[in-house]
Amino acid sequence: MSAIDTPEQESWFHRNQQRIAPWLFLAPGLLFFMVYVILPLFQSFNLSLYEWDGLGAAEYVGFRNYEDLYWEWVDRDAFYVSLKNNLIWLILYLAAIPAGLFIALFLNQTVWGIRLYKSLFFFPFVISQVVVGLVFTWFYDPTFGLLNEFLGFFGLGPLNVLGDERFVTYGIIFAGLWPQTAYCMILYLTGLNAVDPEQIEAGRLDGAKGGRMLWHIILPQLRPATFIAFVVTIIGALRSFDLISIMTQGGPFGSSRVLAYYMFEVALSEYGFRMGYGAAIAVVLFLIMLCFIAYFLWSMYREEKGH
Amino acid sequence: MFPKPIEKQSRAAQISYQTLLPIALLLWLGPLLAVALFSVKPAADFTNANYWGMPSSFEGAFNYGQVFFNSDMPQYLLNSFLITIPTVIGAVALSCMTGFALGIYKFKSNIWLFFMFVAGNFVPFQILMVPVRDLTLQMGLYNTKTGLVLFHIAFQTGFCTLFMRNFIRALPFELIEAARVEGISEWRIFWFVVLPLMKPAIAALSVLIFTFIWNDYFWAVVLTQGAESQPVTAGITSFNAQFRAAYQLMSAGSIVAALPPVAMFFLMQKHFIAGLTLGAVK
Repeated sequence: MSAIDTPEQESWFHRNQQRIAPWLFLAPGLLFFMVYVILPLFQSFNLSLYEWDGLGAAEYVGFRNYEDLYWEWVDRDAFYVSLKNNLIWLILYLAAIPAGLFIALFLNQTVWGIRLYKSLFFFPFVISQVVVGLVFTWFYDPTFGLLNEFLGFFGLGPLNVLGDERFVTYGIIFAGLWPQTAYCMILYLTGLNAVDPEQIEAGRLDGAKGGRMLWHIILPQLRPATFIAFVVTIIGALRSFDLISIMTQGGPFGSSRVLAYYMFEVALSEYGFRMGYGAAIAVVLFLIMLCFIAYFLWSMYREEKGH
Repeated sequence: MFPKPIEKQSRAAQISYQTLLPIALLLWLGPLLAVALFSVKPAADFTNANYWGMPSSFEGAFNYGQVFFNSDMPQYLLNSFLITIPTVIGAVALSCMTGFALGIYKFKSNIWLFFMFVAGNFVPFQILMVPVRDLTLQMGLYNTKTGLVLFHIAFQTGFCTLFMRNFIRALPFELIEAARVEGISEWRIFWFVVLPLMKPAIAALSVLIFTFIWNDYFWAVVLTQGAESQPVTAGITSFNAQFRAAYQLMSAGSIVAALPPVAMFFLMQKHFIAGLTLGAVK
């Protein structure tokens, strides 16, 4: 049969294969992604204009949910606290990047057993945030926690980190920094592996040492690693939910809430099923995230064009 | 190499480095080691306020036995596996295809679709929460493992597509061109030419997704409720409620819950790190 085939008689599919094929390959993944990610995104935007308890009929209220958020902001209420804590998370979480670099520099040696050390330092990233949260809840425990044992050794404390409005957010962030630093460390270890040895030698000949060498020769070559560390740390900071849920449930008196947790609390906890209001909070969180997403995509776009 | 290799430095520097390493590691893993210590202590140690001393008796077998035979933990662990493994298979399978489509073919909307996958992957979970929960309820999949798996597959496809597409981009394109000249159909090119070359990427993604999904907590709380469908991350809170103040059991439970991804990491370390650090070097 194929012996008598001429190009004109080829099936339509065969002729257009290269134009159709990508869409066939994309179809299943795209379908899933549309149904579960892209559509819900827009549904949430829409939902934020309604008042809905999740069961009955939704009532259109225009921008009232956002007005309520605005008044919470003015009154320094839950929304204000969450937003403020999100900002603290964003800033302090970035400490994972220099901390990860520091540990990577410390471990970038070739002594016996170093591979095992590197793996063990990476350990905290692999375990779930739920377990990290439990571990640190005990670490901070005012009666037996390691922290207070340590403070007691110097005649200080006891300090109830998670029960004190002044310290609670910092305590949770510190717990979050543990796995995040491990992640940044592994990024930098890989980056350091690929640093051009000739440039280091050239730098040494020019008399560059220590900090100057790091700043002028090593760090520029670690830029891709730094970029990824920055991306994952920002996303991680804004996604903080697990640790807060496990360690304090937003408390004491809601002082450790962030937007991600506050939204959950409003929409899906015993405090009520205010889906529309929750959606409005989620939209605010999304818009904050969007600034960063846009920046990441723009960087990737420039990179693509560069190729 | 930077910093300067320690072998090329003074003897004193070498010795201090070698002693500093284990100390630093102990400090770094301190909170975790504390939990490990708790998990082998008898209950009496906690009532006698012997928190940090040596265990008065070694009760590891008893404590872990309690976790495995006297709680819902085995069910939670099983659920976690039944959620994680299908998700890994589904997300990797879908993204092999999307990655292939976006990595090989040139068409107008290519870059925009790619960016859509990437952007979707960064979206905060909360903005998806209410609609996804609603959709899952409507499909009758609320509080089922299937409901959770379907969402996880969809969401992970974003990250996996980014990963696969960049991996395929780095493959030699001449291979595909040569196959096309031979008249091989696009599907067979995918199956016989590209897929075999993607094995390292598939391995790396599999371990990564396994860890991500195993450790997921938020969606487990949003989409499931009871012991029959909850994975171990969500189950551990009910476990802890059941054994309130029994620190030795809560510690043992936490360690059991954390173990599978840790084992995965140690077994597949090379792939895991290759996956995590993709793009960290030019």
